[in-house]
Amino acid sequence: MTAYIIRRLIIGVIILLLVTMVVFLFVRLMPGDPLLVYMASFDINRQTSISQENYENLLHIWGLDRPIPVQYVDWLGGLLQGDLGKSIKLQEDIGILIAERMPRTAYIGFITFVLGTIGGITAGIVCALRRGTWMDNLITTTANIGMTIPVFWFGILLMYLFAYKLGWLPTSGWTNPFDDFWMSCKQLLMPVGSVIIGSIAGMARLTRSCMLEVMRADYVRTAWAKGLSERVIVVRHQIKNAMIPVVTALGGALGMILGGSVFIETVFAIPGMGLLMTNAVFDQDYQIVQAGVLLFGGIIIFSNLVVDILWGWLDPRIRLA
Amino acid sequence: MSVVLDVENLKTYFHTEYGLVKAVDGISFNINQGEIIGLVGESGCGKSVSILSVMQLILTPGEIIEGKITFEGKDLRQFEANGPEMRAIRGSKMTMIFQEPMTSLNPVLTIRRQMTEILELHLDMDRASAGERAVELLRMVGVPDAASRIDDYPHQFSGGMRQRVMIAMAISCNPMIIFADEPTTAVDVTTQAQLLELMKDLVTRLNTALIIVTHNLGVVARYAQRIYVMYAGRIVESGPSEEIFDDPQHPYTIGLLNSVPRLGEKHGTRKLVPIYGVPPNLINMPPTCAFLPRCTYKTAQCEKEPWPALRSAGDNRYLSCYVDVRGKQ
Repeated sequence: MTAYIIRRLIIGVIILLLVTMVVFLFVRLMPGDPLLVYMASFDINRQTSISQENYENLLHIWGLDRPIPVQYVDWLGGLLQGDLGKSIKLQEDIGILIAERMPRTAYIGFITFVLGTIGGITAGIVCALRRGTWMDNLITTTANIGMTIPVFWFGILLMYLFAYKLGWLPTSGWTNPFDDFWMSCKQLLMPVGSVIIGSIAGMARLTRSCMLEVMRADYVRTAWAKGLSERVIVVRHQIKNAMIPVVTALGGALGMILGGSVFIETVFAIPGMGLLMTNAVFDQDYQIVQAGVLLFGGIIIFSNLVVDILWGWLDPRIRLA
Repeated sequence: MSVVLDVENLKTYFHTEYGLVKAVDGISFNINQGEIIGLVGESGCGKSVSILSVMQLILTPGEIIEGKITFEGKDLRQFEANGPEMRAIRGSKMTMIFQEPMTSLNPVLTIRRQMTEILELHLDMDRASAGERAVELLRMVGVPDAASRIDDYPHQFSGGMRQRVMIAMAISCNPMIIFADEPTTAVDVTTQAQLLELMKDLVTRLNTALIIVTHNLGVVARYAQRIYVMYAGRIVESGPSEEIFDDPQHPYTIGLLNSVPRLGEKHGTRKLVPIYGVPPNLINMPPTCAFLPRCTYKTAQCEKEPWPALRSAGDNRYLSCYVDVRGKQ
């Protein structure tokens, strides 16, 4: 098992390196120039003009005049020393930016992930046990709709209804839950709600089909033949088996939530990693995009590793593999 | 000898989208204490459904339409399929060994847990003593090194060993009846023989009745005292095994016996004859005898009259055929 985890970690690092290479190259291939964006804002404040000399000077300071492979190796070297680089636009250390932004994204992501998983699995089990009833039909239909709704569109719809029309909730913004928990909850209701619908829908559909499959399994018939009650059969014999594919999907669900945070933080003006990344892409702020992709990529690779370990715990057949 | 189980006119139908499948269409059988009987027939003739019906383990779209299942003087059909009375009988007084040892054990639970849950449920044992008893049962069925193997998972057992575990679970509460649904189909021939000997040995010791469902005539010939031959959801012939083998009277039974070689038979003395044609589709069956299209003894009466009911054909023998085949073979 230890050898397996070490091997997976090494593979994970290699994947992460490849991802950063691709991103490193692509942000530089995009049309536009982060220095021009920076200088434009700089010049408005200082009332000076953009000169060729200034530009080349900046290019040299940021090291952008060197060949891309050299820049990459340099960036990687900094990374190994714990230096994520500096934002061109915000003129701030990216480590500090992430330390400030990531907890917000993680907080929202954690709530969504936990509630989405619990809600989805519960809904799926209920549907499977009550299959064919109005409740099953209602949840399944809602889940089918929920899976196809784009996160940002649903977010805007919620905003229109609850903030603009009804005025029950604040349109957008972020409050530290330790400062004002109630306000924080009210502000998070819509962002979490719009991401979670997809999570719950996906989980519910998967759980339902896995449960239905397991219910027809031979070993469940054996369990009935033993005289066990339905409750024991569901809890002891069905759920653990049905959860094996569901747990596999959890890694993917986390990726969906991180991806969703990019949209949802933009729509609801939450100053988290998602919004930071979105703005960085618009501003061509290379360093932030690189660091952000590294962080998200690392989280997804790590969570997939955790999922695989969990899988072995659930299914003894692959435990020794 | 007292009758343990008496099934009368049992009908189990499946409501499928293609039509009504009469999987079991009015069968009657009984079994005495400590007796071994065989339920024989081709695949899809309703053997498994019959015994699943007795234990009320039929899943939708299947439904027990009619019949009386008398077990220990009580009609089981008065009980709800998964109600407390049925659950108290299943796994303790009436147990079942399934066909597929590979898939009939739960892959994510240890053998210990799968065995102890029965003992805890029906015999009110605590975890520890149930565990001890489970090890003892595994030893009884010949699982080597039972004390340590009991904490393994099913995938760590071979097919034959898993079937031994199934047998151990089946005898764990000293049942009145064990249903064995093609218990040896999925294992190799050597293991088959071992398992059957083991089951015979155990039921004799425990004075338990055993119903072996099989399409293997060799198995029933060797172990069963009485045989019920099923075709298309009905019993077509029944009687003591020796008599059935020596003097089959239903054209289907005759066909079955003509299609298999017998041990000790001199090579080349008898040609093996298959039963021509295929078993009927159980949807929209004609009212006439289901074996009619494949029968080599059919008469004009068979074409006109409905499927004949079972009639007595000698001591303890029953037959569902208009034709007297004696002397025609």
